[in-house]
Amino acid sequence: MQKRSIVTITYILFLLLPIYWLVAMSFKPTNEILGGFSLFPQTFTLANYKVIFTDPTWYWGYINSIIYVTLNTLISVAVALPAAYAFSRYRFLGDKQLFFWLLTNRMAPAAVFALPFFQLYSAVGLFDTHLAVALAHTLFNVPLAVWILEGFMGGVPKELDETAYVDGYSFPRFFTTIFIPSIKAGVGVAAFFCFMFSWVELLLGKTLTAVAAKPIAATMTKTASSAGYELGLLAAAGTLTIIPGAIVIYFVRNYIAKGFAMGRV
Amino acid sequence: MKTENQKAWFFVLPVLLLVAFNALIPMMTVVNYSVQETFGDNMFFWEGLTWFENLLRSERFHASLGRQFLFTGLILAIEIPLGIAIAMSMPRKGFWVPFCLVIMALPMLIPWNVVGAMWNIFTLPDIGLMGYFLNHVLGISYDMTQNVFAAWVTIIIMDVWHWTSLVVLLSYAGLVSIPEAYYQAAKIDGASNFAVFRFIQLPKMKNVLTIAVLLRFIDSFNIYTEPFVLTGGGPGNSTTLLSIDLVKIALGQFDLGPAAAMSLIYFAITLLVSWLFYTLMTKDDAR
Repeated sequence: MQKRSIVTITYILFLLLPIYWLVAMSFKPTNEILGGFSLFPQTFTLANYKVIFTDPTWYWGYINSIIYVTLNTLISVAVALPAAYAFSRYRFLGDKQLFFWLLTNRMAPAAVFALPFFQLYSAVGLFDTHLAVALAHTLFNVPLAVWILEGFMGGVPKELDETAYVDGYSFPRFFTTIFIPSIKAGVGVAAFFCFMFSWVELLLGKTLTAVAAKPIAATMTKTASSAGYELGLLAAAGTLTIIPGAIVIYFVRNYIAKGFAMGRV
Repeated sequence: MKTENQKAWFFVLPVLLLVAFNALIPMMTVVNYSVQETFGDNMFFWEGLTWFENLLRSERFHASLGRQFLFTGLILAIEIPLGIAIAMSMPRKGFWVPFCLVIMALPMLIPWNVVGAMWNIFTLPDIGLMGYFLNHVLGISYDMTQNVFAAWVTIIIMDVWHWTSLVVLLSYAGLVSIPEAYYQAAKIDGASNFAVFRFIQLPKMKNVLTIAVLLRFIDSFNIYTEPFVLTGGGPGNSTTLLSIDLVKIALGQFDLGPAAAMSLIYFAITLLVSWLFYTLMTKDDAR
Protein backbone atom coordinates (compact mmCIF):
# COMPACT_ATOMS: atom_id res chain seq x y z
CA MET A 1 0.00 0.00 0.00
CA GLN A 2 2.83 2.37 0.91
CA LYS A 3 4.63 1.76 -2.37
CA ARG A 4 1.43 2.52 -4.28
CA SER A 5 0.95 5.96 -2.78
CA ILE A 6 4.56 6.86 -3.58
CA VAL A 7 3.79 6.42 -7.30
CA THR A 8 0.72 8.68 -7.11
CA ILE A 9 2.47 11.32 -5.00
CA THR A 10 5.53 11.39 -7.29
CA TYR A 11 3.29 11.81 -10.32
CA ILE A 12 1.34 14.64 -8.72
CA LEU A 13 4.58 16.40 -7.74
CA PHE A 14 5.82 16.01 -11.31
CA LEU A 15 2.58 17.61 -12.55
CA LEU A 16 2.79 20.49 -10.09
CA LEU A 17 6.48 21.45 -10.53
CA PRO A 18 6.21 23.28 -13.89
CA ILE A 19 2.97 24.92 -12.74
CA TYR A 20 4.68 26.06 -9.53
CA TRP A 21 7.53 27.51 -11.55
CA LEU A 22 5.14 29.45 -13.79
CA VAL A 23 3.25 30.88 -10.81
CA ALA A 24 6.47 31.70 -8.90
CA MET A 25 7.86 33.49 -11.94
CA SER A 26 4.72 35.57 -12.34
CA PHE A 27 5.40 37.18 -8.93
CA LYS A 28 9.02 38.09 -9.75
CA PRO A 29 10.18 41.37 -11.30
CA THR A 30 12.02 41.00 -14.63
CA ASN A 31 15.40 41.91 -13.07
CA GLU A 32 15.17 39.07 -10.61
CA ILE A 33 14.15 36.56 -13.31
CA LEU A 34 17.05 37.43 -15.61
CA GLY A 35 19.46 38.08 -12.73
CA GLY A 36 19.82 34.49 -11.63
CA PHE A 37 18.19 31.49 -10.05
CA SER A 38 15.89 31.77 -7.04
CA LEU A 39 13.52 29.06 -5.88
CA PHE A 40 11.07 31.51 -4.27
CA PRO A 41 10.36 35.10 -5.37
CA GLN A 42 12.83 37.32 -3.45
CA THR A 43 11.12 40.62 -4.24
CA PHE A 44 7.45 39.69 -4.36
CA THR A 45 5.58 41.87 -6.87
CA LEU A 46 2.09 42.10 -8.35
CA ALA A 47 3.27 44.44 -11.11
CA ASN A 48 2.88 41.77 -13.82
CA TYR A 49 -0.75 41.18 -12.90
CA LYS A 50 -1.37 44.92 -12.71
CA VAL A 51 -0.29 45.28 -16.36
CA ILE A 52 -2.74 42.59 -17.44
CA PHE A 53 -5.70 43.99 -15.53
CA THR A 54 -5.13 47.57 -16.68
CA ASP A 55 -4.12 47.09 -20.32
CA PRO A 56 -7.19 46.51 -22.56
CA THR A 57 -5.26 44.45 -25.15
CA TRP A 58 -4.49 42.01 -22.35
CA TYR A 59 -7.78 41.75 -20.48
CA TRP A 60 -9.82 41.83 -23.69
CA GLY A 61 -7.91 38.73 -24.73
CA TYR A 62 -9.44 36.90 -21.77
CA ILE A 63 -12.91 38.29 -22.42
CA ASN A 64 -12.72 37.31 -26.12
CA SER A 65 -11.61 33.79 -25.26
CA ILE A 66 -14.36 33.33 -22.71
CA ILE A 67 -17.00 34.66 -25.14
CA TYR A 68 -16.16 32.30 -27.98
CA VAL A 69 -15.60 29.31 -25.70
CA THR A 70 -19.02 29.84 -24.12
CA LEU A 71 -20.67 30.32 -27.52
CA ASN A 72 -18.98 27.18 -28.81
CA THR A 73 -20.07 25.11 -25.82
CA LEU A 74 -23.69 26.27 -26.17
CA ILE A 75 -23.84 25.64 -29.93
CA SER A 76 -22.07 22.27 -29.73
CA VAL A 77 -24.26 20.87 -26.95
CA ALA A 78 -27.47 22.29 -28.44
CA VAL A 79 -27.02 20.66 -31.86
CA ALA A 80 -25.50 17.49 -30.42
CA LEU A 81 -28.43 16.72 -28.10
CA PRO A 82 -31.05 15.88 -30.78
CA ALA A 83 -28.45 14.14 -32.95
CA ALA A 84 -27.26 11.96 -30.07
CA TYR A 85 -30.90 11.11 -29.32
CA ALA A 86 -31.41 9.99 -32.91
CA PHE A 87 -28.29 7.80 -32.83
CA SER A 88 -29.19 6.24 -29.49
CA ARG A 89 -32.91 5.54 -30.22
CA TYR A 90 -33.39 5.01 -33.95
CA ARG A 91 -31.99 3.13 -36.88
CA PHE A 92 -32.01 5.12 -40.08
CA LEU A 93 -30.48 4.99 -43.53
CA GLY A 94 -26.71 5.61 -43.27
CA ASP A 95 -26.64 6.06 -39.49
CA LYS A 96 -23.41 4.11 -38.95
CA GLN A 97 -21.64 5.81 -41.86
CA LEU A 98 -22.74 9.21 -40.61
CA PHE A 99 -21.52 8.50 -37.07
CA PHE A 100 -18.13 7.37 -38.36
CA TRP A 101 -17.86 10.37 -40.68
CA LEU A 102 -18.55 12.68 -37.73
CA LEU A 103 -15.77 11.03 -35.74
CA THR A 104 -13.26 11.35 -38.58
CA ASN A 105 -13.53 15.12 -38.20
CA ARG A 106 -12.00 14.71 -34.76
CA MET A 107 -8.96 13.28 -36.59
CA ALA A 108 -8.33 16.18 -38.96
CA PRO A 109 -5.18 18.11 -38.05
CA ALA A 110 -6.06 21.76 -37.35
CA ALA A 111 -3.06 22.74 -39.47
CA VAL A 112 -4.82 21.25 -42.51
CA PHE A 113 -7.83 23.51 -42.06
CA ALA A 114 -6.15 26.76 -41.04
CA LEU A 115 -5.93 28.35 -44.48
CA PRO A 116 -9.26 27.14 -45.97
CA PHE A 117 -11.00 28.26 -42.77
CA PHE A 118 -9.51 31.70 -43.12
CA GLN A 119 -10.86 31.95 -46.68
CA LEU A 120 -14.24 30.44 -45.85
CA TYR A 121 -14.94 32.71 -42.89
CA SER A 122 -13.66 35.78 -44.75
CA ALA A 123 -15.99 34.92 -47.63
CA VAL A 124 -19.08 34.76 -45.41
CA GLY A 125 -18.07 37.96 -43.61
CA LEU A 126 -17.45 36.42 -40.20
CA PHE A 127 -13.68 36.94 -40.04
CA ASP A 128 -12.53 38.43 -36.72
CA THR A 129 -15.79 37.70 -34.89
CA HIS A 130 -16.34 35.51 -31.83
CA LEU A 131 -18.88 33.53 -33.80
CA ALA A 132 -16.28 32.53 -36.40
CA VAL A 133 -14.01 30.91 -33.80
CA ALA A 134 -16.99 29.35 -32.00
CA LEU A 135 -18.27 27.82 -35.27
CA ALA A 136 -14.81 26.66 -36.36
CA HIS A 137 -14.28 24.85 -33.07
CA THR A 138 -17.54 22.94 -33.53
CA LEU A 139 -15.63 20.94 -36.16
CA PHE A 140 -14.00 18.82 -33.46
CA ASN A 141 -16.36 19.53 -30.52
CA VAL A 142 -19.68 18.52 -32.09
CA PRO A 143 -18.51 14.98 -32.94
CA LEU A 144 -17.12 14.59 -29.44
CA ALA A 145 -20.32 15.91 -27.82
CA VAL A 146 -22.50 13.60 -29.92
CA TRP A 147 -20.28 10.67 -28.97
CA ILE A 148 -20.35 11.40 -25.21
CA LEU A 149 -24.09 12.22 -25.09
CA GLU A 150 -24.96 9.12 -27.09
CA GLY A 151 -23.14 7.04 -24.48
CA PHE A 152 -25.09 8.60 -21.64
CA MET A 153 -28.43 8.36 -23.50
CA GLY A 154 -27.84 4.67 -24.17
CA GLY A 155 -27.94 4.19 -20.39
CA VAL A 156 -31.50 5.60 -20.14
CA PRO A 157 -34.12 2.84 -20.60
CA LYS A 158 -36.46 3.23 -23.58
CA GLU A 159 -39.43 2.69 -21.28
CA LEU A 160 -38.95 6.29 -20.11
CA ASP A 161 -39.78 7.58 -23.62
CA GLU A 162 -42.74 5.22 -24.05
CA THR A 163 -44.27 6.01 -20.65
CA ALA A 164 -44.06 9.73 -21.41
CA TYR A 165 -45.89 9.32 -24.74
CA VAL A 166 -48.58 7.22 -23.08
CA ASP A 167 -48.97 10.01 -20.52
CA GLY A 168 -49.64 12.39 -23.40
CA TYR A 169 -46.37 14.30 -23.52
CA SER A 170 -45.49 15.83 -26.88
CA PHE A 171 -41.95 15.10 -28.08
CA PRO A 172 -40.45 18.58 -27.46
CA ARG A 173 -41.98 18.73 -23.99
CA PHE A 174 -40.79 15.22 -23.13
CA PHE A 175 -37.29 15.95 -24.48
CA THR A 176 -36.76 19.18 -22.57
CA THR A 177 -38.56 18.49 -19.29
CA ILE A 178 -37.95 14.77 -18.77
CA PHE A 179 -35.21 13.42 -21.00
CA ILE A 180 -32.53 16.11 -20.73
CA PRO A 181 -32.81 16.36 -16.92
CA SER A 182 -32.34 12.58 -16.72
CA ILE A 183 -28.94 12.84 -18.45
CA LYS A 184 -27.79 15.99 -16.64
CA ALA A 185 -24.42 14.42 -15.82
CA GLY A 186 -23.86 13.63 -19.49
CA VAL A 187 -24.68 17.18 -20.56
CA GLY A 188 -22.22 18.43 -17.92
CA VAL A 189 -19.46 16.13 -19.16
CA ALA A 190 -20.07 17.02 -22.82
CA ALA A 191 -20.03 20.74 -21.97
CA PHE A 192 -16.82 20.23 -20.01
CA PHE A 193 -15.03 18.61 -22.95
CA CYS A 194 -16.31 21.27 -25.38
CA PHE A 195 -15.08 23.98 -23.02
CA MET A 196 -11.75 22.23 -22.66
CA PHE A 197 -10.92 21.72 -26.32
CA SER A 198 -12.11 25.18 -27.32
CA TRP A 199 -10.19 26.85 -24.49
CA VAL A 200 -6.87 25.18 -25.27
CA GLU A 201 -6.92 25.47 -29.08
CA LEU A 202 -4.80 28.24 -30.56
CA LEU A 203 -4.10 27.68 -34.25
CA LEU A 204 -7.66 28.21 -35.56
CA GLY A 205 -8.42 30.89 -32.96
CA LYS A 206 -5.37 32.82 -34.10
CA THR A 207 -6.02 32.32 -37.82
CA LEU A 208 -9.64 33.50 -37.68
CA THR A 209 -9.13 36.69 -35.69
CA ALA A 210 -7.20 39.93 -36.05
CA VAL A 211 -8.15 42.49 -33.40
CA ALA A 212 -11.78 42.43 -32.30
CA ALA A 213 -12.01 38.80 -31.25
CA LYS A 214 -8.38 37.97 -30.59
CA PRO A 215 -7.95 35.16 -28.02
CA ILE A 216 -5.68 35.54 -24.99
CA ALA A 217 -3.40 32.79 -26.27
CA ALA A 218 -2.72 34.83 -29.43
CA THR A 219 -2.07 37.99 -27.41
CA MET A 220 0.51 35.99 -25.48
CA THR A 221 2.38 34.71 -28.53
CA LYS A 222 2.52 38.21 -29.94
CA THR A 223 3.91 39.63 -26.70
CA ALA A 224 6.45 36.85 -26.47
CA SER A 225 7.96 37.88 -29.79
CA SER A 226 7.47 41.66 -29.92
CA ALA A 227 8.16 42.93 -26.42
CA GLY A 228 11.48 41.16 -26.11
CA TYR A 229 11.66 38.81 -23.21
CA GLU A 230 9.11 39.85 -20.62
CA LEU A 231 9.03 36.52 -18.88
CA GLY A 232 7.25 37.75 -15.76
CA LEU A 233 4.37 39.19 -17.75
CA LEU A 234 4.13 36.05 -19.87
CA ALA A 235 4.11 33.91 -16.72
CA ALA A 236 1.34 36.03 -15.16
CA ALA A 237 -0.78 35.77 -18.31
CA GLY A 238 -0.17 32.01 -18.38
CA THR A 239 -1.12 31.63 -14.73
CA LEU A 240 -4.42 33.42 -15.36
CA THR A 241 -5.28 31.05 -18.23
CA ILE A 242 -5.14 28.11 -15.80
CA ILE A 243 -7.83 29.50 -13.50
CA PRO A 244 -11.00 29.10 -15.66
CA GLY A 245 -10.04 25.49 -16.39
CA ALA A 246 -9.42 24.78 -12.71
CA ILE A 247 -12.85 26.17 -11.78
CA VAL A 248 -14.60 24.10 -14.45
CA ILE A 249 -12.83 20.87 -13.45
CA TYR A 250 -13.82 21.39 -9.84
CA PHE A 251 -17.52 21.33 -10.81
CA VAL A 252 -17.34 18.15 -12.89
CA ARG A 253 -14.66 16.31 -10.87
CA ASN A 254 -16.92 13.31 -10.16
CA TYR A 255 -17.93 12.85 -13.79
CA ILE A 256 -14.77 13.48 -15.84
CA ALA A 257 -13.56 9.90 -15.88
CA LYS A 258 -17.08 8.56 -16.45
CA GLY A 259 -17.58 10.84 -19.45
CA PHE A 260 -15.21 8.98 -21.72
CA ALA A 261 -15.80 5.57 -20.21
CA MET A 262 -19.47 5.65 -21.22
CA GLY A 263 -18.96 6.61 -24.83
CA ARG A 264 -19.10 3.76 -27.32
CA VAL A 265 -16.10 2.91 -29.38
CA MET B 1 -33.91 -2.58 -29.65
CA LYS B 2 -33.73 0.50 -31.83
CA THR B 3 -36.69 1.26 -34.05
CA GLU B 4 -36.36 2.02 -37.74
CA ASN B 5 -37.34 5.66 -38.31
CA GLN B 6 -36.13 7.71 -41.25
CA LYS B 7 -37.42 10.92 -39.63
CA ALA B 8 -34.47 10.66 -37.25
CA TRP B 9 -32.57 12.43 -40.03
CA PHE B 10 -34.29 15.65 -38.95
CA PHE B 11 -32.66 15.34 -35.53
CA VAL B 12 -29.27 14.90 -37.13
CA LEU B 13 -29.75 17.69 -39.64
CA PRO B 14 -28.35 20.61 -37.55
CA VAL B 15 -25.18 18.65 -36.80
CA LEU B 16 -24.92 17.57 -40.40
CA LEU B 17 -25.24 21.13 -41.76
CA LEU B 18 -22.80 22.57 -39.24
CA VAL B 19 -20.13 19.92 -39.71
CA ALA B 20 -20.61 19.89 -43.48
CA PHE B 21 -20.07 23.66 -43.59
CA ASN B 22 -16.90 23.30 -41.51
CA ALA B 23 -15.54 20.11 -43.02
CA LEU B 24 -16.73 19.67 -46.60
CA ILE B 25 -16.14 23.20 -47.92
CA PRO B 26 -12.59 23.52 -46.52
CA MET B 27 -11.82 19.96 -47.59
CA MET B 28 -12.94 20.69 -51.16
CA THR B 29 -10.80 23.85 -51.10
CA VAL B 30 -7.82 21.73 -50.11
CA VAL B 31 -8.54 19.17 -52.83
CA ASN B 32 -8.86 22.01 -55.31
CA TYR B 33 -5.50 23.52 -54.39
CA SER B 34 -3.78 20.16 -54.38
CA VAL B 35 -4.09 19.80 -58.16
CA GLN B 36 -3.28 23.40 -59.12
CA GLU B 37 -0.44 25.89 -59.15
CA THR B 38 -0.93 29.53 -58.23
CA PHE B 39 1.28 32.59 -58.60
CA GLY B 40 -1.04 34.86 -56.64
CA ASP B 41 -3.69 37.21 -58.11
CA ASN B 42 -6.16 34.31 -58.07
CA MET B 43 -4.53 32.77 -61.16
CA PHE B 44 -4.62 29.01 -61.07
CA PHE B 45 -3.12 26.43 -63.41
CA TRP B 46 -3.94 22.75 -63.61
CA GLU B 47 -1.12 20.57 -62.28
CA GLY B 48 -2.73 17.17 -62.00
CA LEU B 49 -0.97 14.88 -59.56
CA THR B 50 2.43 16.62 -59.76
CA TRP B 51 2.35 17.83 -56.15
CA PHE B 52 1.54 14.38 -54.86
CA GLU B 53 4.34 12.81 -56.88
CA ASN B 54 6.86 15.45 -55.77
CA LEU B 55 5.83 15.11 -52.16
CA LEU B 56 6.04 11.33 -52.04
CA ARG B 57 9.58 11.58 -53.44
CA SER B 58 10.64 14.53 -51.29
CA GLU B 59 13.27 13.85 -48.65
CA ARG B 60 12.00 16.71 -46.53
CA PHE B 61 8.58 15.07 -46.31
CA HIS B 62 10.08 11.66 -45.52
CA ALA B 63 12.17 13.23 -42.77
CA SER B 64 9.30 15.06 -41.05
CA LEU B 65 7.02 12.04 -41.43
CA GLY B 66 9.74 9.87 -39.86
CA ARG B 67 10.14 12.29 -36.95
CA GLN B 68 6.36 12.33 -36.52
CA PHE B 69 6.16 8.54 -36.31
CA LEU B 70 9.12 8.44 -33.90
CA PHE B 71 7.46 11.05 -31.69
CA THR B 72 4.04 9.37 -31.69
CA GLY B 73 5.58 5.93 -31.16
CA LEU B 74 7.59 7.10 -28.15
CA ILE B 75 4.54 8.91 -26.73
CA LEU B 76 2.33 5.82 -26.96
CA ALA B 77 5.08 3.53 -25.60
CA ILE B 78 5.57 5.76 -22.55
CA GLU B 79 2.15 7.20 -21.77
CA ILE B 80 -0.05 4.12 -22.09
CA PRO B 81 1.88 1.82 -19.64
CA LEU B 82 2.69 4.74 -17.33
CA GLY B 83 -0.96 5.84 -17.28
CA ILE B 84 -2.15 2.31 -16.44
CA ALA B 85 0.46 1.99 -13.67
CA ILE B 86 -0.54 5.30 -12.08
CA ALA B 87 -4.26 4.50 -12.32
CA MET B 88 -3.61 1.18 -10.54
CA SER B 89 -1.70 2.90 -7.75
CA MET B 90 -4.43 5.49 -7.09
CA PRO B 91 -6.75 5.09 -4.09
CA ARG B 92 -10.19 3.72 -5.06
CA LYS B 93 -12.17 5.84 -2.64
CA GLY B 94 -11.75 8.40 0.08
CA PHE B 95 -10.94 12.05 0.59
CA TRP B 96 -7.93 12.08 -1.76
CA VAL B 97 -9.72 10.80 -4.87
CA PRO B 98 -11.35 14.09 -6.03
CA PHE B 99 -8.15 15.91 -5.12
CA CYS B 100 -6.04 13.57 -7.31
CA LEU B 101 -8.53 13.81 -10.20
CA VAL B 102 -8.62 17.62 -10.18
CA ILE B 103 -4.81 17.97 -10.11
CA MET B 104 -4.38 15.33 -12.81
CA ALA B 105 -6.92 16.97 -15.13
CA LEU B 106 -5.31 20.39 -14.70
CA PRO B 107 -2.54 20.09 -17.36
CA MET B 108 -5.13 19.17 -20.01
CA LEU B 109 -7.00 22.45 -19.48
CA ILE B 110 -4.05 24.74 -19.98
CA PRO B 111 -3.98 26.38 -23.45
CA TRP B 112 -1.44 24.59 -25.63
CA ASN B 113 0.77 27.59 -26.24
CA VAL B 114 0.87 28.25 -22.48
CA VAL B 115 2.05 24.65 -22.04
CA GLY B 116 4.86 25.38 -24.48
CA ALA B 117 5.73 28.69 -22.82
CA MET B 118 5.59 27.10 -19.37
CA TRP B 119 8.04 24.38 -20.34
CA ASN B 120 10.24 26.95 -22.01
CA ILE B 121 10.46 28.90 -18.74
CA PHE B 122 10.89 25.65 -16.78
CA THR B 123 13.83 24.43 -18.87
CA LEU B 124 15.86 27.63 -19.42
CA PRO B 125 19.45 26.50 -18.73
CA ASP B 126 20.41 29.00 -16.01
CA ILE B 127 17.15 30.42 -14.67
CA GLY B 128 14.58 27.63 -15.18
CA LEU B 129 13.96 25.16 -12.36
CA MET B 130 14.71 22.04 -14.42
CA GLY B 131 17.48 23.66 -16.44
CA TYR B 132 19.22 24.99 -13.33
CA PHE B 133 18.86 21.70 -11.49
CA LEU B 134 20.35 19.66 -14.36
CA ASN B 135 23.18 22.08 -15.16
CA HIS B 136 24.22 23.29 -11.73
CA VAL B 137 23.15 20.63 -9.24
CA LEU B 138 23.57 17.41 -11.21
CA GLY B 139 26.26 18.86 -13.47
CA ILE B 140 24.72 17.50 -16.68
CA SER B 141 25.16 19.94 -19.54
CA TYR B 142 21.64 20.66 -20.73
CA ASP B 143 20.49 23.19 -23.31
CA MET B 144 17.64 22.21 -25.57
CA THR B 145 18.25 25.07 -28.01
CA GLN B 146 21.67 23.61 -28.84
CA ASN B 147 21.42 19.89 -28.34
CA VAL B 148 19.14 17.70 -30.48
CA PHE B 149 18.91 14.93 -27.89
CA ALA B 150 17.99 17.40 -25.13
CA ALA B 151 15.31 18.96 -27.36
CA TRP B 152 13.74 15.56 -28.02
CA VAL B 153 13.85 14.56 -24.35
CA THR B 154 12.19 17.87 -23.48
CA ILE B 155 9.30 17.64 -25.95
CA ILE B 156 8.68 14.01 -24.89
CA ILE B 157 8.66 14.88 -21.16
CA MET B 158 6.41 17.85 -21.91
CA ASP B 159 3.88 15.65 -23.67
CA VAL B 160 4.08 13.02 -20.92
CA TRP B 161 3.36 15.81 -18.45
CA HIS B 162 0.53 17.15 -20.57
CA TRP B 163 -1.39 14.02 -21.59
CA THR B 164 -0.52 11.00 -19.39
CA SER B 165 -3.43 12.09 -17.16
CA LEU B 166 -5.88 11.32 -19.97
CA VAL B 167 -4.74 7.68 -19.93
CA VAL B 168 -4.83 7.70 -16.12
CA LEU B 169 -8.39 9.06 -15.95
CA LEU B 170 -9.68 6.59 -18.54
CA SER B 171 -7.94 3.56 -17.00
CA TYR B 172 -9.13 4.66 -13.58
CA ALA B 173 -12.72 4.80 -14.85
CA GLY B 174 -12.31 1.23 -16.11
CA LEU B 175 -10.76 0.03 -12.85
CA VAL B 176 -13.40 1.42 -10.49
CA SER B 177 -16.11 -0.31 -12.52
CA ILE B 178 -14.74 -3.77 -11.54
CA PRO B 179 -16.95 -5.31 -8.82
CA GLU B 180 -15.21 -6.23 -5.55
CA ALA B 181 -16.45 -9.84 -5.95
CA TYR B 182 -13.99 -10.40 -8.82
CA TYR B 183 -11.05 -9.66 -6.53
CA GLN B 184 -12.44 -11.88 -3.78
CA ALA B 185 -12.82 -14.75 -6.23
CA ALA B 186 -9.23 -14.23 -7.41
CA LYS B 187 -8.03 -14.29 -3.79
CA ILE B 188 -9.79 -17.60 -3.11
CA ASP B 189 -8.18 -19.07 -6.23
CA GLY B 190 -4.81 -17.83 -4.94
CA ALA B 191 -4.17 -15.74 -8.06
CA SER B 192 -0.93 -13.74 -8.18
CA ASN B 193 -0.99 -9.95 -8.59
CA PHE B 194 0.08 -10.39 -12.18
CA ALA B 195 -2.71 -12.87 -12.86
CA VAL B 196 -5.25 -10.43 -11.40
CA PHE B 197 -3.90 -7.72 -13.69
CA ARG B 198 -3.75 -9.93 -16.78
CA PHE B 199 -7.09 -11.72 -16.45
CA ILE B 200 -9.31 -9.27 -14.55
CA GLN B 201 -8.09 -5.69 -14.73
CA LEU B 202 -6.71 -5.56 -18.25
CA PRO B 203 -9.79 -7.10 -19.96
CA LYS B 204 -12.05 -4.74 -17.97
CA MET B 205 -9.99 -1.76 -19.07
CA LYS B 206 -9.96 -2.77 -22.72
CA ASN B 207 -12.73 -0.48 -23.92
CA VAL B 208 -11.41 2.62 -22.24
CA LEU B 209 -7.86 1.76 -23.31
CA THR B 210 -9.02 1.56 -26.93
CA ILE B 211 -10.32 5.11 -26.57
CA ALA B 212 -7.11 6.18 -24.83
CA VAL B 213 -4.83 4.74 -27.53
CA LEU B 214 -6.95 6.24 -30.32
CA LEU B 215 -7.13 9.71 -28.78
CA ARG B 216 -3.44 9.73 -27.87
CA PHE B 217 -2.54 8.60 -31.36
CA ILE B 218 -4.73 11.21 -33.06
CA ASP B 219 -3.66 14.09 -30.84
CA SER B 220 0.05 13.31 -30.74
CA PHE B 221 0.09 12.77 -34.49
CA ASN B 222 -1.55 16.17 -35.04
CA ILE B 223 0.47 18.01 -32.40
CA TYR B 224 1.53 21.49 -33.44
CA THR B 225 1.39 24.30 -30.89
CA GLU B 226 3.35 22.91 -27.93
CA PRO B 227 6.55 21.85 -29.73
CA PHE B 228 6.31 24.91 -31.98
CA VAL B 229 6.31 27.27 -29.00
CA LEU B 230 8.92 25.24 -27.10
CA THR B 231 11.53 24.49 -29.76
CA GLY B 232 10.23 26.18 -32.93
CA GLY B 233 11.13 22.94 -34.72
CA GLY B 234 14.81 23.28 -33.87
CA PRO B 235 17.66 22.98 -33.27
CA GLY B 236 17.97 22.90 -37.07
CA ASN B 237 15.02 20.82 -38.22
CA SER B 238 15.44 18.15 -35.58
CA THR B 239 12.01 18.62 -33.95
CA THR B 240 10.10 19.79 -37.05
CA LEU B 241 7.13 17.45 -36.82
CA LEU B 242 4.63 17.00 -39.65
CA SER B 243 2.22 19.81 -38.61
CA ILE B 244 5.03 22.28 -38.06
CA ASP B 245 6.40 21.52 -41.51
CA LEU B 246 2.93 21.83 -43.03
CA VAL B 247 2.28 25.24 -41.49
CA LYS B 248 5.72 26.37 -42.67
CA ILE B 249 4.87 25.42 -46.26
CA ALA B 250 1.24 26.67 -46.22
CA LEU B 251 1.39 29.91 -44.27
CA GLY B 252 5.13 30.62 -44.28
CA GLN B 253 6.05 30.00 -47.91
CA PHE B 254 2.43 30.22 -49.15
CA ASP B 255 2.99 27.20 -51.42
CA LEU B 256 -0.70 26.31 -51.55
CA GLY B 257 -0.50 23.38 -53.96
CA PRO B 258 2.21 21.36 -52.21
CA ALA B 259 0.73 22.22 -48.80
CA ALA B 260 -2.71 21.00 -49.88
CA ALA B 261 -1.29 17.76 -51.26
CA MET B 262 0.58 17.27 -48.00
CA SER B 263 -2.60 17.96 -46.00
CA LEU B 264 -4.49 15.26 -47.85
CA ILE B 265 -1.74 12.67 -47.43
CA TYR B 266 -1.42 13.66 -43.75
CA PHE B 267 -5.16 13.23 -43.15
CA ALA B 268 -5.19 9.93 -45.02
CA ILE B 269 -2.36 8.55 -42.86
CA THR B 270 -4.16 9.63 -39.67
CA LEU B 271 -7.38 7.95 -40.80
CA LEU B 272 -5.63 4.79 -41.91
CA VAL B 273 -3.64 4.29 -38.70
CA SER B 274 -6.68 5.11 -36.51
CA TRP B 275 -8.68 2.55 -38.42
CA LEU B 276 -5.89 -0.04 -38.01
CA PHE B 277 -5.68 0.55 -34.23
CA TYR B 278 -9.43 0.38 -33.91
CA THR B 279 -9.76 -2.84 -35.89
CA LEU B 280 -6.85 -4.52 -34.09
CA MET B 281 -8.05 -3.59 -30.63
CA THR B 282 -11.68 -4.58 -31.17
CA LYS B 283 -11.25 -7.68 -33.33
CA ASP B 284 -11.85 -10.05 -30.39
CA ASP B 285 -15.25 -8.48 -29.69
CA ALA B 286 -16.61 -9.54 -33.06
CA ARG B 287 -16.20 -13.23 -32.28
